[in-house]
Amino acid sequence: MNGVHDMGGMHGFGKVEPEKDEPPFHASWEGRVLAMQRAMTFTGEWNIDMSRAAQERLPAKVYLSVSYYHRWALGLERNALEKGLVDADELAAGRALRPGKPVKRVLTKDELPRTFTRGSFSRPTNTKARFKPGDRVRAKNINPPNHTRLPRYARGHVGIVEAIRGCHVFPDSVTTGGGENPQWLYTVAFDSHELWGATADPTLKVSIEAFEPYLEPA
Amino acid sequence: MSTHDHDDHEHGSELSETQLRVRALETILTEKGYVDPAVLDLIVEHYETKTGPHVGARVIAKAWVDPEFKRALLADATKAIGELGLLSRVGDHLIAVENTPRLHNMIVCTLCSCYPWEVLGLPPVWYKSAPYRSRAVMDPRGVLADVGVTLPAETDVRVWDSTAETRFIVLPPRPAATEGWTEEQLAALVTRDCMIGTGLPRRPEEASS
Repeated sequence: MNGVHDMGGMHGFGKVEPEKDEPPFHASWEGRVLAMQRAMTFTGEWNIDMSRAAQERLPAKVYLSVSYYHRWALGLERNALEKGLVDADELAAGRALRPGKPVKRVLTKDELPRTFTRGSFSRPTNTKARFKPGDRVRAKNINPPNHTRLPRYARGHVGIVEAIRGCHVFPDSVTTGGGENPQWLYTVAFDSHELWGATADPTLKVSIEAFEPYLEPA
Repeated sequence: MSTHDHDDHEHGSELSETQLRVRALETILTEKGYVDPAVLDLIVEHYETKTGPHVGARVIAKAWVDPEFKRALLADATKAIGELGLLSRVGDHLIAVENTPRLHNMIVCTLCSCYPWEVLGLPPVWYKSAPYRSRAVMDPRGVLADVGVTLPAETDVRVWDSTAETRFIVLPPRPAATEGWTEEQLAALVTRDCMIGTGLPRRPEEASS
């Protein structure tokens, strides 16, 4: 979706301002949100793509005005509601009003180390990669209303395939009920002038990680 | 919006609305049996005390002293770090990119805030902020200027937008005048930001003893 989360190339957000000696969390609730996110993802009721999609569907004004972990919390509520694991009246009441539904797994202490290592998103496939390093490709001009990982600034532009990264879970599919539907993933690099026009920094190249359905030969 | 991407309610001394809402969510998820608060405690502890850029710094220092490891790291960072044996396993699809005098790599995620947590720990607020996410792909030199880094005009800049489940770590050049330094000494020169590409390693005279 063409949401405010897709920020590459936007103006008006101001300077990058690092905070000196930044703490891991700025309030204890931030850590609780992170931990709940990890634990709920472990239940297998949704994956990371669905977490992102839930945040992207927040009203634009909300997305831009809340902090990072606050946004996670709102996304988490939305995922839990949409999967029927909690109900709106429970969120309003601040407590469970009926028993939980069975979930595939609940995170225990013994399984913790697994959650600290990122899972693999590559999947076996019988298909052959359509493109190879060195190929000229155009990022398609698509504007799906649902979750996608093709940023707007790349759409319609021509780049060069630099690497094949394997066959991966396809976010556009997994977030729309189509299952993992694995697709080949490529690093595609674009010249700055192609993306940003004649006045762009001539020393700049930008790459995206592009799933095969995002690309066509150019 | 504040440049630190924080909402104003979250810095008050009383219980904020967000804090209450998060507490309510935890209560509900716990009562319904989906999460165990004791396990949540351990997750928080892990991120507060165990992860951090010190992990990545050891990897970079090793690459500076061991050409064989450096080759392996650039070929397949997940595998190379896994075989180090010193650190916990990192997830799949970690890609190391090398900075040289001719090429400066920089990492961003314009769509959310993807970041190599296992080697760098929790991402800093600025990395997750709209200013960085919006500008890194169009004006990386402007972003670097914001944080006090100036590259030679002729250096090529490459920005990696982390739009899938691949993750990136920058291998910066080894600082000059560090011949004979141990891995441990070198690791002290590796900053988080130089592994993102928004900073340079400390110079030997900046090392804290």
